[in-house]
Amino acid sequence: MGRKLLLEHADVPGIETFDVYRKHGGYRSVEKALKTMSPEEVVEEVKTATLKGRGGAGFPAGMKWSFIAKPEGVPRYLLCNADESEPGTFKDRYLMQYIPHLLIEGMIVSSYALGANQAYIYIRGEYMFVLRIVEKAIAEAYEKGFLGKNILGSGFDLDLSIAPGGGAYICGEETALIESLEGKRGNPRMKPPFPAVQGLWQCPTVVNNVETLATVVPIINMTAAEYTKIGTEQSKGTKLISAGGNVERGGVYEIELGLSVEEFIYGDEWCRGIKNGKKMKALVPGGSSVPILPAHLITTTANGDTRLMSYESLSDGGFASGSMLGSGGFIVFDEDQCIVRNTWNFARFYAHESCGQCSPCREGTGWMEKVLHRIETGRGNMRDIDLLADINKKIEGNTICPLGDAAAWPVAAAIRHFREEFEWHVTNPEEAVKRNYGMLKGVTA
Amino acid sequence: MKIEITEQKRPVLSEEAKAEIQRVIGHYPEGRQKSAILRVMHIVEEEAGGWLSPDTMDMVAEILSIEPIEVYEVATFYTMFNLQPVGKYVFEVCRTGPCMLVGSDNIITYLENKLNIKVGETTTDGMFTLKTAECLGACGYGPMLQCGEEYHEYLTPEKVDELIEACRRGEIKGNKVV
Amino acid sequence: MVKVTIDGIEIEVEEGTTILNAARQVGGDIVPPAMCYYSKLEGSGGKCRTCLVEVAAGSERDPRPMPKLMVSCSTQVQHGMVVKNLTSDRVKEARAGVTEFLLANHPLDCPVCDQAGECHLQDLGFENGKEGTRFEEDKRTFAPRDIGDKIKLHMNRCILCYRCVYTANQLTNKRVHGVLNRGDHAEISTYIEKALDNEFIGNVIDVCPVGALTDKTFRFKSRVWFLKPMNAHRDCPTCQGIATVWMFGNEIQRVTGRKDAYGEIETHNGKTAWLCNTCRFESKDVAQWTIEGPRVINRHSVISQGHYVLKNPLEDKNTVKNLK
Repeated sequence: MGRKLLLEHADVPGIETFDVYRKHGGYRSVEKALKTMSPEEVVEEVKTATLKGRGGAGFPAGMKWSFIAKPEGVPRYLLCNADESEPGTFKDRYLMQYIPHLLIEGMIVSSYALGANQAYIYIRGEYMFVLRIVEKAIAEAYEKGFLGKNILGSGFDLDLSIAPGGGAYICGEETALIESLEGKRGNPRMKPPFPAVQGLWQCPTVVNNVETLATVVPIINMTAAEYTKIGTEQSKGTKLISAGGNVERGGVYEIELGLSVEEFIYGDEWCRGIKNGKKMKALVPGGSSVPILPAHLITTTANGDTRLMSYESLSDGGFASGSMLGSGGFIVFDEDQCIVRNTWNFARFYAHESCGQCSPCREGTGWMEKVLHRIETGRGNMRDIDLLADINKKIEGNTICPLGDAAAWPVAAAIRHFREEFEWHVTNPEEAVKRNYGMLKGVTA
Repeated sequence: MKIEITEQKRPVLSEEAKAEIQRVIGHYPEGRQKSAILRVMHIVEEEAGGWLSPDTMDMVAEILSIEPIEVYEVATFYTMFNLQPVGKYVFEVCRTGPCMLVGSDNIITYLENKLNIKVGETTTDGMFTLKTAECLGACGYGPMLQCGEEYHEYLTPEKVDELIEACRRGEIKGNKVV
Repeated sequence: MVKVTIDGIEIEVEEGTTILNAARQVGGDIVPPAMCYYSKLEGSGGKCRTCLVEVAAGSERDPRPMPKLMVSCSTQVQHGMVVKNLTSDRVKEARAGVTEFLLANHPLDCPVCDQAGECHLQDLGFENGKEGTRFEEDKRTFAPRDIGDKIKLHMNRCILCYRCVYTANQLTNKRVHGVLNRGDHAEISTYIEKALDNEFIGNVIDVCPVGALTDKTFRFKSRVWFLKPMNAHRDCPTCQGIATVWMFGNEIQRVTGRKDAYGEIETHNGKTAWLCNTCRFESKDVAQWTIEGPRVINRHSVISQGHYVLKNPLEDKNTVKNLK
């Protein structure tokens, strides 16, 4: 049984209300931080906890905080990135839907640490029903004196509100999120300048993921020293994992980092194995943009070590035989799934979500989608497979924001590990079309 | 872009909608009212029966004191906004990877056959519009679709039938009729 | 002043200068191509990715190489920076890639395009493109549209540099066109039928690097290489009235702003000499202008092919170098 730091009370009836949340130890970290710690001490604590950003990139949150510029008389902003849109990831929604006060609590402490008096939650527009839950919780927090002027008599003021997106994956990129929050198209900005220097309305801004901000709460409550006792050497604490695809029991699970992948997928406490008694064929461990791994590289690394749910173990072997923990979105494929079809599906996603601002991503993602669609529908050539690999190379690293890489990696990994399946589609076009189980002709109303 | 302009009168905003717009604009500093655009568009779209005509978007521009093109730019960037009329109930079926692995394509085909429309079309009685959406963040509970603000998860043909019936009985919140 | 080395050429530039502008101070072949950056439009650049360069050493203080290729139009030089442009195979490969991307959906309709001969995409393709295409898919297409009675929009040719959007933002008080939709469906549009009618809106034609925005008053009149570009000016109450008039015999066929070697409108009297619509579209009578003399055009340009303009070789760095 792993320890739960975030979801411990998620099942308590009424936990979405202030009173029940408070009764279960809620808002203690606000009291502790505002009454007994300086903002610098809070930053130091988060740094010591080596909390890695939970949105996907894994950048140390404490370090990000310490970069924030502090020019005299210029407001600073804390933005919560709740634009969770990475396919396979739905942990932030779970957290906000069931324990919204945990996020608010984390944001109060984090804003205090950053010296921000205004914070915003940017939530994807499709989560409007979650927005309403969080908005209600925010109103309660204001009512109880945890938001607004002079919180708990500390002299610290904080205004918090929540804003919806409108259906754009790219707004999960921090500078696109800022643009969107300014009421514009979600075109990512060029960096530098980084948001920590010029972010929202050109003011110093920190953007953190929902889970990252929520994790600040247990870190402050239990101290970084205790927090870092959980996890592995390079991955401390717990992590929310979203499990989807062909697992017996999909859902959001909080795990101690370092749990073995095998136990997570087959253990009774977690996913309970593959649906319908089938075998696992492949796994994407960190949301759709990280490399897919074939079965033999999932439970053990190329060196034969047990593969663990940690930043370092999942990336063991680099892209050649490893992947990334990313956002913790586990997508499991059973033995009957078609890798080509899935790769095309992901490519279509990225082409659909490219903002279209820079040419390699705009043209490259669309091109890959078209080529993959041809292969999938039995109209591919052998040279298309190498073409895809080459388009990939020309996108990767050459775009304004990481969406280009995110679009390139899954295609590259699929070809790396499942090339023969692509070739089979080319040499057996008719079979390939028939195998499109997704378009079952037998289904009628 | 060539658009077919369908006549739509500007919606008359309800008092609640007006108050809501004022409230969300108030979240931003003086002069930063443009920041409220997405929320305001969601509110206005709801008031206008689920879609935004050019004239309605001009109204959003007026509310926020910005140029109409700034609204068009935003409205065409974000996929949630309907720029053509839609049915009373809009089914948006998630079609991305994890949902596809558990059969979202079958659900889409089933809905197409059942409603006798293709993705992107509206039934002739104006009741249902079928759309597909990219990952809606319910990957562990697929296949799924969104109708209004609600998520309908673990879909099967039977559950789809039930949902359609519930819509027909008026038990599901649909777009305002204006 | 900071010292930077570009393709082995050392130069001292002011602090805060971008790599691209430092290279432009050297001039010649080492200047990376720029399809979206336009020095006179604030905020432009970073989008087309043609100006990517390799930074082999970040600075004297931190001489580590930068892992990714950097956009030279937006990356500021540091003291001791070493930049590789033409001397980097990585850059050449990436640039060929970007060129291929930009041409993937491009209609390649140069024979009927008014921009042919002075098109930056043609130049880019000529310098960095490969023979043949690997793009076998259907190209995305848009119908040509009039945006106002003087400007034609061929969206098929557009590379989404955003220059025209910045122009409308910065030169006019009311922008009516913008970038709509997203991804590979993004397009320049007014959304609903609207005319671009600001007095300075004609400048979108001058800033357009390709044939997406063209002058309807010049449409299909002639190929640019058959025309003689002449420097001319006139008294204009709206703009500086400093232009290039493109003549066929004694007839002015079109009027454009005066552009430098990088296709940017020149600065005169301390200000960018943006042209007003009256000068551009409605001043086609020779009597309306004071003709100063032939415009100096790079002799390698296709525009110089139909006529041979004598020029002062000392005025043109390229010519001096070529004479050596």
